[in-house]
Amino acid sequence: MDLKEKLVSSFLAFENKGGLDLDSNIHEIRSKAIHNFEQKGFPTKKDEDWKYTNLKTILKNDFNLFPEVGNAIGFKNVREYLINEIESYTLIFIDGVFSSFLSDTTHEDCDVCILSSALTRPKYKMIVDNYFNKIAKDNNSLSELNTAFTKEGAFINIPRNTVVSKPIQIINFSTGSEKEVLLQPRNLVIVGENSHVQIIERHQNLSKNTTLTNSVTEIFVNQRAIVDYYKIQNDTKESSLIDSTFVSQKQQSVATVNTYSFGGKLTRNNLEFHHEGERITSNLNGISILDDKQHVDNNTLVNHKFPNCESHELYKGIFADKSTGVFNGKVLVQQAAQKTNAFQQNDNILLDDGASINAKPQLEIFADDVKCSHGCTIGQLDERALFYMQSRGIPKKEAKALLLFAFGNDVVEKIKIPQLKSIITKLIAKNLNVDLDLDL
Amino acid sequence: MLEVKNLHAGINDKEILKGINLNIKPGEVHAIMGPNGSGKSTLSSVIAGKEEFEVTDGSVFLNGEDLDELAPEERAHKGIFLSFQYPVEIPGVTVTNFIKTAINETRKAQGLEELAAKDMLKLIREKADLLEIDRKFLSRSLNEGFSGGEKKRNEIFQMAMLEPKLAILDETDSGLDIDALKIVANGVNKLKSKDNAVVLITHYQRLLEYIVPDYVHVLYNGKIVKSGGKELALELEKKGYDWLK
Repeated sequence: MDLKEKLVSSFLAFENKGGLDLDSNIHEIRSKAIHNFEQKGFPTKKDEDWKYTNLKTILKNDFNLFPEVGNAIGFKNVREYLINEIESYTLIFIDGVFSSFLSDTTHEDCDVCILSSALTRPKYKMIVDNYFNKIAKDNNSLSELNTAFTKEGAFINIPRNTVVSKPIQIINFSTGSEKEVLLQPRNLVIVGENSHVQIIERHQNLSKNTTLTNSVTEIFVNQRAIVDYYKIQNDTKESSLIDSTFVSQKQQSVATVNTYSFGGKLTRNNLEFHHEGERITSNLNGISILDDKQHVDNNTLVNHKFPNCESHELYKGIFADKSTGVFNGKVLVQQAAQKTNAFQQNDNILLDDGASINAKPQLEIFADDVKCSHGCTIGQLDERALFYMQSRGIPKKEAKALLLFAFGNDVVEKIKIPQLKSIITKLIAKNLNVDLDLDL
Repeated sequence: MLEVKNLHAGINDKEILKGINLNIKPGEVHAIMGPNGSGKSTLSSVIAGKEEFEVTDGSVFLNGEDLDELAPEERAHKGIFLSFQYPVEIPGVTVTNFIKTAINETRKAQGLEELAAKDMLKLIREKADLLEIDRKFLSRSLNEGFSGGEKKRNEIFQMAMLEPKLAILDETDSGLDIDALKIVANGVNKLKSKDNAVVLITHYQRLLEYIVPDYVHVLYNGKIVKSGGKELALELEKKGYDWLK
């Protein structure tokens, strides 16, 4: 039985066994989603959006869909993946199950808790009805699949006029209690008018086993709200991640998603911004540093629907060995979106002959009074610069690292949490295999 | 200190240096002059260890050690410094951070502790003052958008920081106006001591008015065709190179 059949046939058991409320709207949404998934199936290379990313090999695994929580995971096992230098709210999931012991939630000024409780408690019914699965659709069958099996994830609800004092960390661990495991976390983030929140999301495999994570996050940014969202993707070479993040913005809001892809067998980021008002700012930044046979695919969309909005997109990639990258950045400026200011840049360095990048900037502009630009570069390290640095006593490996770090530095500079910036900087040094203080 | 013996070197099977002999002792200043294409820059690149060039015969010794197998950075750690004719722009790396890394990597290679941040800063300020470099300049990306004069001054600033035993200044005077030339020459003169040596590679006699050489060598077609004292430079200025061919 292939994975699709397995998923479809276990849907009923999932809903029944999970103790899920079959009378709720959610049941209807799930049922519809599994139906859509059954119709469409997994994307293949024939789909234009999946031309350069092949899921076939990964989908051949005999995934366990409902892993048992096995190993007792203590704080000492996960400590290194958390940002401990700052106070934060934490939502920690182990093999898809919330760990209240390791987490630090709140209901005081805002709700930082779990989706399973939001989906079942009457208190949240209105919010869930208004927001859940409102933008995570149509895009691809993987989001449908996630919706069908939605059970757990982060639920973050920030009321109006609230500046959340601490960043929120969402971390999904897999422990290897099952040989091959499929995880489908689902996050819902709602940020009220004039509010501000910082969120850090990470997926981490603690074992050597194969994992596939099919994650969906919906983020609603209301009037004048500010959201800074950071994705740390530095997983093991046995782990694959398909991340779909949908951002819906109201007028004068500012939303930023920074994606740091440093590891994983296959990483696919679907990132969509939809504008629902004027004077919105959307920022998309990403840096990928890969080696071996790793693969990353950044597929982004900025959907300008209203006038006077801006978007800034900057993605950088460094590919070594036989690693491969894809950048597919679509900027859609609809007819009503006059005075749009859209900027997109994608720069790549290929370090070895076997490495490759497929870059596809895509601008679709239907308004006539706009300022849109895009640029794309693919190059190699400057040998002259390397010799210059070596001649001053900097060894070749360190010189390379310094040049590469400088190349990616403008993306690192976007990090507004100093402790996170220093963690990312260290991760970059580690990935470039040097012991250098890269704090430029 | 530096001994070049029967050095033959080239690039892509084309021989450029055809048997160079040179002997430089501590405390000396040597000038190497010669027309375009005579091999001046190749000689400096080969001494600094640029991998594109292949040494086909002969050797370069620094304090008795054959440099042949050493990478450019290892030569730097042993005290060789090359000031580039065209310093490379390195966007995203500040002057300060670059020199900090260079110093600490060199110290590491020499088995020394990294320099404390406070001492580093002090040293940087001291040397920047020597070359009349504006402090603001130090936080800019290395050579990016620098004028020709700023680039050359920055090269000598790095030399002052690294305190090499042997400094090769490749066309350091080109692109400098007279004021900048004086500052650069003044810097070099202040760094000169009885323990280190300087090789000036130049087209013109002008630089030699400010940094006075002990010896002048004329390089032509990959060979040193004439050596002499500082008066040789004046003679070349008057007569050109034709009489030596």
